[in-house]
Amino acid sequence: MAYDYQPFPYVPPPGLTGPEPRHPVAIVGAGPIGLALAIDLAQRGVASVVLDDNNVVSVGSRAICWAKRTLEIFDRLGVGERMLEKGVTWQVGRNFHGADEIYSFDLLPEDGHKYPAFINLQQYYVEEYLIERAQELGIDLRFKNKVVAHEDKGDHVVLTVETPDGSYTLEASYLAACDGAKSPTRERMGLPFEGQTFEEHFLIVDVEMADSPFGTDTPERWFWFRPPFHPGQSALLHKQPDNIYRIDLQLGPDTDPVEEATEEKVRPRLRAILGDRPFRLDWMSVYKFRCARLERFVHGRVVFVGDSAHVVSPFGARGGNGGIQDVDNLGWKLAAILESAGGNDLLESYNTERVYGSDENILNSTRATNFMTPKSPIEAMFRDEVLRMAHHHPFARRLVNSGRLSLPCSLAGMPMIGTGDGPVAPGMAIIDAPLQDGWLLEQVQGRFVLVGFGDVTLPEVTGVDRLGIGQSAEYPCVAPDGDLVFERYGRGIAYLFRPDGHVVASFQNPTAEKVQGAYQRALGAKTQVTA
Amino acid sequence: MRQDDKLGTEGDAVYAALLTAHEGLSEAESHRMNARLVLMLANQVGDADTVQQLIADARALAED
Ligand SMILES: Cc1cc2nc3c(=O)[nH]c(=O)nc-3n(C[C@H](O)[C@H](O)[C@H](O)COP(=O)(O)OP(=O)(O)OC[C@H]3O[C@@H](n4cnc5c(N)ncnc54)[C@H](O)[C@@H]3O)c2cc1C
Repeated sequence: MAYDYQPFPYVPPPGLTGPEPRHPVAIVGAGPIGLALAIDLAQRGVASVVLDDNNVVSVGSRAICWAKRTLEIFDRLGVGERMLEKGVTWQVGRNFHGADEIYSFDLLPEDGHKYPAFINLQQYYVEEYLIERAQELGIDLRFKNKVVAHEDKGDHVVLTVETPDGSYTLEASYLAACDGAKSPTRERMGLPFEGQTFEEHFLIVDVEMADSPFGTDTPERWFWFRPPFHPGQSALLHKQPDNIYRIDLQLGPDTDPVEEATEEKVRPRLRAILGDRPFRLDWMSVYKFRCARLERFVHGRVVFVGDSAHVVSPFGARGGNGGIQDVDNLGWKLAAILESAGGNDLLESYNTERVYGSDENILNSTRATNFMTPKSPIEAMFRDEVLRMAHHHPFARRLVNSGRLSLPCSLAGMPMIGTGDGPVAPGMAIIDAPLQDGWLLEQVQGRFVLVGFGDVTLPEVTGVDRLGIGQSAEYPCVAPDGDLVFERYGRGIAYLFRPDGHVVASFQNPTAEKVQGAYQRALGAKTQVTA
Repeated sequence: MRQDDKLGTEGDAVYAALLTAHEGLSEAESHRMNARLVLMLANQVGDADTVQQLIADARALAED
């Protein structure tokens, strides 16, 4: 059944009739990124106002693949379980060259994680769940509120907002620009958004279909290079909930996108793939993709988050997933800054860490897109020979690139990350493990916490919670479920986690001084002291 | 980086084998075979730094 778009009500905002008190944070854009940020802030007691020019969730499925790390972050934000329940969990991917399968991968769900490697779920569901969660938290969501101007006053930002009833102004200590790939905030500031545009057009179609085209009931991901049904191009087939299938077809550089996105053109293309299975056309769109980012994500009191800061081609599913990691990185920092607990350079560390993460995503997406859409005869030749060799030689299968799926970014070596020689290196994101009552990630994420694994005593440090695993002490302790948690983290060792679940440091002998030092470093307090 | 000799007296045989392998191929087919060979050799070297050095050394002569 087609998704039922329910328009959210427009309520005349108080600013139309009189000045509003200054908001700590104004979020422009109620896409997945703006909504997630508002929820993260609300869970930390920071009120924000979310302004969106529209009043429905994402039109079209757009982002469908959500990675494990994203689900873990969504778990903390209160929507992870719902997404998992509704989403399609898949693990087998098959790559074809012509009619032949050349390479398949299994995302091998290692035991002992709350969330699988990937689920598929339409972006409109994700936004629906986020909006419901935001409403539950009492977040000030304003639909049909279009931001048309802003001015950074140094210690706050003034926004001009247009509504069906006229315009008003609003003050906020910070403006989070979550206004998407075409970010009007970015345009208004005249900031260059540079990178690579790919010449190829891609047709993206959702069809509803009762029969599985995979020939099995288990959903898979199928990717073709030069399939017999679509000569010379590439194609992707992927399952979403509600018996909706995503089909991507590469169309080449010289097609007319408007003409291509018509039923007359699309139906025969789909028939060629799906045979005579009955299907209903649910959504289609023709895209050209690019990889680009802002040079900096922080400009005074304006912070860019998600697609406004960086865009990638969708192969590898790094757009939405990358944006959610931005939110995870920014939420606690912004809250700490607003509570004056963070150092001056905490916001700067969002810039440094997420520019780095974004470059990793751009690199991977660019490589995948270049493999799919060779730019010159020589590139095409190497690509085609890799595909030919892949039929026979395992090493070439490894080179076949239909998207390297999003993995959490490690912050190792970043200024606010400390040291430690535990098996989970400083900078890495939390690795989940089963506990007797739930999961490690549920216990750890969202706060600064020193976690003691096995026989190690945790010192008391102001601002840092403590959690013992498989020990008994005066602080909260939980029991492990089996040995996995120790296999992953070691025994007799303590780890300091940041609120975004990244390891700051690990300690064989945690003393209050050492933990305090790592904690301050993570908050950027050092520079504050010397400043 | 200067590439020192590693094949010794087998060098001539390897060179001859390469030419023989191209016999009877069109220029386009030869290019394709070379592409396969390059990728196979890179995999045999098995070390990204070494391969990148070799790529740089080969590329450097293109500007001569
Ligand atoms: C075909 C396709 C497939 C994709 N597949 C994946 C995938 O599988 N996995 C993945 O992770 N990502 C995927 N992506 C990327 C993903 O959709 C984006 O990264 C994601 O939507 C970014 O979220 P956002 O909140 O930053 O921006 P958006 O979702 O674009 O939201 C921006 C919001 O800002 C609002 N806005 C804009 N201007 C104003 C204004 N002036 N005032 C008020 N509001 C404003 C807009 O109405 C909108 O609601 C895909 C994208 C496409 C197009």
